Formats: sequence, C-alpha cells, structure tokens
Amino acid sequence: MSIIPLFVAIPLASAFLIPMFSKRIRVFSDIFANVTTFILCVMSLGVIGRNAVYTVGLWKPPVGIAMALDGWSVLLLVTVNSISFCATVFSIKYMEQYTSKLRYYSLFLLMVAGMNGVVLSGDLFNLYVFLEIASIASYALVGFGCQHDELEASFKYLVLGSVASTFILLGVAVGYSLTGTLNMADISARLPHDSSTFIFMASCFILGFGLKAALVPFHAWLPDAHPSAPAPISAMLSGVLIKAIGVYALIRLIFNIFGLTPVLSHILLFFGTASMVIGVFLAIGQWDMKRLFAYHSISQIGYVMLGFGLATPLGILGAIFHLMNHAVFKGLLFLTAGSVEYNIHTRQLEEMGGLRERMPVTGFTSLVASMSIAGIPPLNGFWSKLIIIIACVQSGHYIFGLWAAFVSLMTLASFLKVQKFAFFGELKEHNKGVREVPVGMCLSMMILALLCVGMGLLLVPSVRAQLLDPAVASLLRGTEYAAWILSKG
Amino acid sequence: MKGMSLIVKTVTRWIKGFIFLFGIYIVLTGHLSPGGGFAGGVILASSFILLTLAFGKEVALSKLSKNMASELDSIGALMFLTIALLGMCCGGAFFVNFLHRSHPGEAFRLLSAGNIMLYNIAIGIKVGASLFMVFVIISAIKVVLKDDAMKMIRHK
Repeated sequence: MSIIPLFVAIPLASAFLIPMFSKRIRVFSDIFANVTTFILCVMSLGVIGRNAVYTVGLWKPPVGIAMALDGWSVLLLVTVNSISFCATVFSIKYMEQYTSKLRYYSLFLLMVAGMNGVVLSGDLFNLYVFLEIASIASYALVGFGCQHDELEASFKYLVLGSVASTFILLGVAVGYSLTGTLNMADISARLPHDSSTFIFMASCFILGFGLKAALVPFHAWLPDAHPSAPAPISAMLSGVLIKAIGVYALIRLIFNIFGLTPVLSHILLFFGTASMVIGVFLAIGQWDMKRLFAYHSISQIGYVMLGFGLATPLGILGAIFHLMNHAVFKGLLFLTAGSVEYNIHTRQLEEMGGLRERMPVTGFTSLVASMSIAGIPPLNGFWSKLIIIIACVQSGHYIFGLWAAFVSLMTLASFLKVQKFAFFGELKEHNKGVREVPVGMCLSMMILALLCVGMGLLLVPSVRAQLLDPAVASLLRGTEYAAWILSKG
Repeated sequence: MKGMSLIVKTVTRWIKGFIFLFGIYIVLTGHLSPGGGFAGGVILASSFILLTLAFGKEVALSKLSKNMASELDSIGALMFLTIALLGMCCGGAFFVNFLHRSHPGEAFRLLSAGNIMLYNIAIGIKVGASLFMVFVIISAIKVVLKDDAMKMIRHK
C-alpha cells in the first residue's frame, strides 16, 4: 500500500481533529500538531529515492486523477515537512502570546496539507485546488494577530494572492480548452506549441505563479505579508510556501509540461536577475528586522530562478540546492527574529543591541544563519551560490555570474548590519532584564542551525545521488515526464 | 420587537422546514440530478440564515449553536476523509468506490452510486454548517474606523 495520499490526508485529518478535541484539554493541540508534523517529516524522509505514480480511486490517467512522486517532488516534500516540524516546535511557547492556539494549528496544518498536495499533484486542476487551500490558510495566518498592520498586510496579500489565483485558473481553463484534458502529463503530450493560445496560457501561468513566488515585478505583497505574520508562520511563508506553490509549480510546468524553450529560459533569467538585484537593494535600507529578511527572500528566490534559467545540469543543481538551503536559513532567521520580538516586543533594529550577551542561543543561531545566507564557507549558502556562479560562467553568462557575486556581497553587508545593530554592540538600558527564550524555541532554532552547518554534506557524491541528483534528473528529462506518468499509471 | 414584521415571521415559520427538506433532497440525489453536496449544503444553511433574518440571531443560534456548527463543520470534513481513507483499506486505493463494487444497485436509483452519496452527505454537512458560521460571524463582528485605526467590535 502506497503512502503517497497520506501526505495530504494526515495533516488534513489532524487540522479538523484539533478543534474538535482540544477545546477542553488545551495541551492536546500542541501534542497533536507536533506529532503530526513529526510523522510527516519522518514519512518524507522515508520516500527519498522513490519514484511512483498513484492513481486516485484506481482510475487510470489520463481519465483519473494521478499523484506523481519523483525526485523534484521528494525534494520539496522533505523541505516542506522538516521546516514545518521546526515551526510547530517553535510555536508551542511562541504562540502563547496569541489567543486561540487551536485555530492557529488548524490553519497551519491546512497550509501544510495544501503544500504537500501541490507538490504531489499530477493534475492541473487539483494543483490549483491545493494551491488555494494553502493560500487561503496563509491569508488567515498572516492576519492572525488582528492588529491594524497585520489586517492591512493580510488584506493586501489576499487581494494580490487572489489576482494570482485568478490568472492560474484562467491558465488552467485555457489549457483545458486547448487540449481537452486536465491531467498534466496528457496536456504535455497534446499541447500545440506554436499556437498563440499556448503563449497566452503560458503567460497566465508565469504571471500567476510569479506573483505567488514574489518575483520582482510582482513582489509588492511579500514585504508586508511576511513580517506581519507570527514568527513561525513567517518562517513557513518565506521558507517554504513561496517555493512550494510558486517556484515548484512554475518550474514543473515550464520544464516538464511546456518543455523549456530559449524564450522561457530567458524569461526565467530575466526575472531571476531582476529579483536578485532589486530585492537586495530594497533590503539593505530596512530597519525593521523581519522586513529586511522578507526583502532578502525576494533576492534569494532570484538566485533560484537564475539557476533554473541557465537550464544546464549544474545550474539546476545549484538552484535546487539553494532552494533547500534558503528554506533552512531563512526559516531560522525568521525564528530568531521571532525570539527577539518575543522578548523585547519590537522589530526595530535601532532599539536592539548587545542582545548576544543576554540571549546566547538566539545570537549564535542568528549569526550562523546570517553567515549562511551571505555565503560564508563552509555553511550551506556558500556551496549553492558557488555552484550557481560556476554554472553561469560555464554556460557563458558572465554578466549574470557577476551580478550573482555582487548581490552576495550586498547580502553580506546587510546581514553585517543586522548582526551589528541587533546582537553585537552595546546592550541598551531597557534591555538589561532580557532572558533567553524557552527551551522549545531554542531547540528548533538549534536544529535549523545544525542543518545550516551540515547541509553542505548533501553535495558528497553518494549522498547527492539520493536527493539532489534525482531532482535534477526529473527536471532534465523534460517532456518525457508525460510518457513516464502515462506508462506507469 | 426582535426581527422582522409579523408577515415575514409567519411565512418563515411555514416554509423553513420545506427549505431544509429541499436541501436534504438535493444532497441525497446529488449523483442523479443537478446539485449535490455543495448546492444542498448552501440550501441547508440558507434555511438557518432565513431564520436569523426573520427572528434575529438568538432564535437561529438556539436551534444550531456556534459550538455545534463548528463541530459539525469538523465532522463533515472528517467524515469525507474517513470514507476516502476507507477506500484505501477496503478497495486498495485512496477514494476507491468500494461500496459500488459490492452493491452496484440498479442504475438511476437512489442507492446506485456507492460512496458518492456518502461523500455528498459529508459535504452537505460541512458546507451547511460552515456557511451558517460565516454568516453568524460576519454579523457578529463590526469593523469601525477609530482614530485612524481599524477596530473590531464584537456585538453582544
């Protein structure tokens, strides 16, 4: 019996069990949510290296709905579920500040179910439905604090997110009218590549998923939405949500369904570089800690897109590896920002300073994450950026490589700023009484910091053959994806 | 006097049961005719919404309290998921229509589509309860602008 549908069924079941059973016993919601994400995390590690097509209801594709598990999906599953485990561990104490923890966990698990569904779906309309589940849960989670700023950010996110969803739905509809099917493999097999309708459909998808992934011309919602959410949710949104429902879906469509053409590759290169450069310039002037991190998410997603746009095996490897690394260090950065906010109730860098003495664990993990995102060897961010830059040079795109190196320097500068103003320097008078955050929060930050240090090992050839190489291979095979699904189903 | 005029109240008293019954009919015959769980659920919720409009919120909430609606919401979703998972145990894959295999029934009869009717019932419960909840919550919270800041005020 295959466990593929359980990735969606388990979080969905516990999302509805939590509000039913934990009204009387408060601690039940903590236990249940953490056990659920832990099980999902173990399950996702268990499917590493597997390839499978699951036919829902035993209806064979192209008639029935298929769920497909290949290297690229496995990579995202591992990322989503491990970050969500760390975020729930962090939430136990952190979410005590808010009321209604059970609703929080319920929405959180719905979001996880949606993301797992997007990653596994082999059917375009199902992908849209799961994407909406994840998005709608995230709109509610962004506004969870119900303060003025949070509601405003949530509303902005809701409006722009709905615009994105509408474009994606339009794309699905146009694709259906063009091919008469919704199964992704079948669409790929029947798509007339030279028709103008195809170009319209591809533009709809690029616009929609680009908005979800916050690529630069479409990034306006992200710097408001991600800082306003509670810290574990910021970590989830920046760490995995924009990747699972934005980058994953866009790359799956472009590589495996449409087939990569030079035009599409140049679009990715252009959006990638624009996001990378503009994101970092917007970030460096910020004084709100979480807002600065949010702008860096845009910039780092730019790296990922640049790597994919190169479309060489090395470029894709770098992009995929950077995607995983970004999930880990950006998740960690948002959690440390949450710890600081938990203690001193502000996100402004000017009001911090010297926190390293009072909060050693937070200070140290934040240092690791900052160095990692800035690309200091031997931390994980260094390796993936190095691979992307080498890939740029190898494929003759020297200018893009130069931009990537330059942005890395700017990233270093802005994270030195964070470290200097928040954790080093003189301890402010009003922060003298600050104490380190509770154990659970420290634990989840330490897990992520360890990952930051150790993830460079994923590049060791024997380990790489398990996780990264299958992901690269599943993208590089291009439109043979269709034949694989239709033959296995 | 709470609620609307005597005419509205009297008419509502007469037809509320019929609307509810029609909702159930739409849910149960979802696999045979237009409609189904979602449409039927909306009709079920609308019978409660009509009660709220005609008699005020207290009367509607005394028939279906907020807690109860929230529980029904979860129960509907869980019921749907349980049937889908049962397909895994009894039929070999997620969402397998195992009842149809063992009891195919005569085509175009009420009991002919196996699991589909159970799914429709689950969706009907879920949609009915959650739509009613949405209505109650929207009517219970008012957002006002106060000193350049939005404030959410909860009505009693």
